[in-house]
Amino acid sequence: MIQENVTLPREHYLNAHYGWKSWLFTTDHKRIGLMYMISITLMFFIGGFFALLIRLELLTPQADMFNADQYNKLFTLHGVVLIFFFLIPSIPAVLGNFFLPIMIGAKDVAFPKLNLFSWYIFIIGALMGLWITAVGGIETGWTFYTPYSSSFSSNSSAVAAATLAVFITGFSSILTGLNFIVTVHKMRAPGMTWFRMPLFIWSIYATSIIQVLATPVLGITMVLLGVERLVHVGIFDPNLGGDPVLFQHMFWFYSHPAVYIMILPSLGVVSELISAFTRKRVFGYKFVAVSSLLIAIFSFIVWGHHMYVSSMSIYAGMLFSILSYLVAVPSAVKVFNWTATLYKGSVSYDTPMLYALGFIGLFTIGGLTGLFLASMGLDRHLHDTYFVIAHFHLIMVGGAVMGYFGGLHYWWPKMFGRMYPEWWGRLSALVVFLGFNLSFFPQFIIGYLGMPRRYHVYAPEFQVLNVMSTAGSSILGVGYVMPLVYFIWSLRYGKLAANPWGAKGLEWETTSPPPTHNFEIPPVVNEEAYNYPLRQPSVKNTGALTGGDSRSIPPTKSGQGREAEVV
Amino acid sequence: MNTMLLSHFLPLFPDQAATNAKDVDYLYFFMLTVCGLASVGIVLAIFYLAVKYRRRSEDEMAEDTHVPVALEWTWIVVPSLFFLAFFGWGAKLYFDQNKVPKDALEIACTGRQWMWKFQHPDGQREINALHIPIGRPVKLVMVSEDVIHSMFIPAFRVHMDVIPKRYTECWFEPTKPGTYHIFCAQYCGTEHSNMIGTVTVMEPHEYEKWLNGAATGSLALRGESLFNKLACNSCHTGNADARGPYLPGLFGRNVQLTTGEVVVADENYIRESIMKPGAHIAAGFDNIMPGYEGQLTDEEVIQLVAYIKQLGKSYEQFEPVQPPTAPAPVPAGKNPDQTVPTGTTKPTGEPTDKPGPGATASPNATPSPASTASPTSTATPPPAKPNEPKKQPTAGEPRKTN
Repeated sequence: MIQENVTLPREHYLNAHYGWKSWLFTTDHKRIGLMYMISITLMFFIGGFFALLIRLELLTPQADMFNADQYNKLFTLHGVVLIFFFLIPSIPAVLGNFFLPIMIGAKDVAFPKLNLFSWYIFIIGALMGLWITAVGGIETGWTFYTPYSSSFSSNSSAVAAATLAVFITGFSSILTGLNFIVTVHKMRAPGMTWFRMPLFIWSIYATSIIQVLATPVLGITMVLLGVERLVHVGIFDPNLGGDPVLFQHMFWFYSHPAVYIMILPSLGVVSELISAFTRKRVFGYKFVAVSSLLIAIFSFIVWGHHMYVSSMSIYAGMLFSILSYLVAVPSAVKVFNWTATLYKGSVSYDTPMLYALGFIGLFTIGGLTGLFLASMGLDRHLHDTYFVIAHFHLIMVGGAVMGYFGGLHYWWPKMFGRMYPEWWGRLSALVVFLGFNLSFFPQFIIGYLGMPRRYHVYAPEFQVLNVMSTAGSSILGVGYVMPLVYFIWSLRYGKLAANPWGAKGLEWETTSPPPTHNFEIPPVVNEEAYNYPLRQPSVKNTGALTGGDSRSIPPTKSGQGREAEVV
Repeated sequence: MNTMLLSHFLPLFPDQAATNAKDVDYLYFFMLTVCGLASVGIVLAIFYLAVKYRRRSEDEMAEDTHVPVALEWTWIVVPSLFFLAFFGWGAKLYFDQNKVPKDALEIACTGRQWMWKFQHPDGQREINALHIPIGRPVKLVMVSEDVIHSMFIPAFRVHMDVIPKRYTECWFEPTKPGTYHIFCAQYCGTEHSNMIGTVTVMEPHEYEKWLNGAATGSLALRGESLFNKLACNSCHTGNADARGPYLPGLFGRNVQLTTGEVVVADENYIRESIMKPGAHIAAGFDNIMPGYEGQLTDEEVIQLVAYIKQLGKSYEQFEPVQPPTAPAPVPAGKNPDQTVPTGTTKPTGEPTDKPGPGATASPNATPSPASTASPTSTATPPPAKPNEPKKQPTAGEPRKTN
């Protein structure tokens, strides 16, 4: 962190207008981003609270705090709230909304009103979700598998309401994605070519493609559920002649790509962080950029790996298996490139970097355990056990949430012009990392032992590992509350900051917080992304006279010299 | 002792109680080793690089480096090769897991909210408990009465969804006597976590003893009485002019439908023909059978299916006493897969003058391609299409839902 001596700009997007109307009717992408941030923070803590209750119940093998029905509602709401109302909008809608236009040098997204409309749609969906929670909740699991959800659930109108909430929220996701795609295509600053875009933009762009193409299938599925219910056309219900497994196909056709909606933006954030805190261009920029697109494309054709034991054809299973291994390649490429970026970098251990490094570790292990599940033979044993739970929490919490927190810590001074206390920040990163590992590592073992997911009571021999997991989740909870406290504190008392990291990128060229129109003078881009000044390779002391070493090379205008090294 | 205590309180590894378990574990350990080394390698590399190149002064810059592009391709190609190895091994294992041995002991399993019901071939029934002998492959043919469940026996490393109105199957060969968990792994409602049971693996002689103690009339026998009770036999008389297709020997054969399609008469087909006869009508028959959807419990359907399967089996035992009057059927091995009616080889009229079922209609002898429907469909006078196509009962597997 660089000690800065700065003052707040006189006018910025936060103080340009006052009053609740200036927020609720704003079309400023930054304000919309903040409104998203507040809404999803609320959802995050509600969903996290459910998680904590679940873990507390699992402290002992028998039922203690909740009866079976309450427990089933808890894990369902935990999943629905955190996936549909937190993870999917998290990075794209908050950091994407705030930074995508700034990072490509635009003054706003392409359709600012549509952007605000997306937020309202999201809020309607989220309020419906909360209302369902308040009036009793649902117990179908976030996957809504038929025929349980369609014909056997005890509270069928709540299930219908929940699917409607998910359906509505989906439109927010689609519209946001559409907005971003158009923005990236049409509103880049002069000189901002595709391969000069920051990697965060690449990943948000790839995410938007998934949002626009996959989310409608979820909507269609929910509509079909409704049609079956109202008109009694047999679609999923075997009693009407439908096929319950068809639902799983349609559900995962959306929900597998949705996993990438959650993780891809995080991968982009981490690329930004690694670059900023090594003061170096990300190694293999083009490979990392293209790998985001490849992940997005592959994500559409691997859904069947959720269904190896669902009576699907074994030949279809084979295809899905090999495609699932293919999607692991671009993910592995990213991990290797980040690691290689550290080489001869100027590595600092500021809070966002700690989150990013933690992310790489967890994402690597999460990804590698995914390979176990992609293997058809192993999935025969691991399917629907805690191994799966541990795996996807590593990706979605260890990955997506770590990335989101890393991004928040990195861009906080840009968003509010103030710094959070650095010591507390580092502590929270450490606590989250340790708590997370303690929570989820035991679950891999429980899973291989055979404890199925969604079990309210379980065999006594699994208890010790479950206790470890519960202990870890309480530590994790503390780690998540800390940022909430010091972030709020920093809004008023934080040290003023503009660019405490010395980071490059268009977003750091403007003032912190940025003005409403982002840039006083529309920027023109004439260099590659991450064009940090470098020093010459240190020369080995051979005794020969040299003209001195460690001279700095000024950043070249085009950056071509260094681009050549990788591609 | 110490290790036993430890494994009791903190088990780290599940029992291996079936042939499949070892195979799964080998792959697991292989992947664990490779992935473990990879992740340790990456974490160590991050630590090493992050410490070695830490920022020593506030304004320190990164060094200009030249790393060869080849490195990039290396870490694309090398992991891909490992991934392919994982895929190949996993796929092979999966295919093996789907090859059910022919001599497997077949046990019917019905899942419902929230219990597991098992029926042994000789009629013994169990709830939330399953007794099986050691050293013999066991096949579970499963169906759900309500929602989707999933049969999961961790000690056998076996896992298969149990779906309403569709049979799925899984098999295992127990190797170690003992008692192991059965879990329902697919969320199925309130008492999901209590939809559990135990599987008891016994020495064969103990199993025999247990069977004798638990016998209550065989599955097929009960199916037969049900068959008669429901008056199925009034149409499925087995006579040439019967209104319903001829059932003995039907199981596992190919059946031509009125649509021209050919399907294999497996459990799912028979089940569907009972529940929704109109869905796939055997060629030469009218859609006159009432559906039994909602009138039969899943257990009853299992019994009926068991009876129909049994019909095929017992039929094989009675080899035709008289030589067939019809022209000798084309030998199984030589009959090509064809859907064209083989009218030329088998004139329509001929089989009609055969007596009814008693004729043990010769063409039905097992290896013969002329399947059950043959005598009946040829017999029915009205349809112009003379014979059902002769397809060998080979293409059976793919239709099985696995």
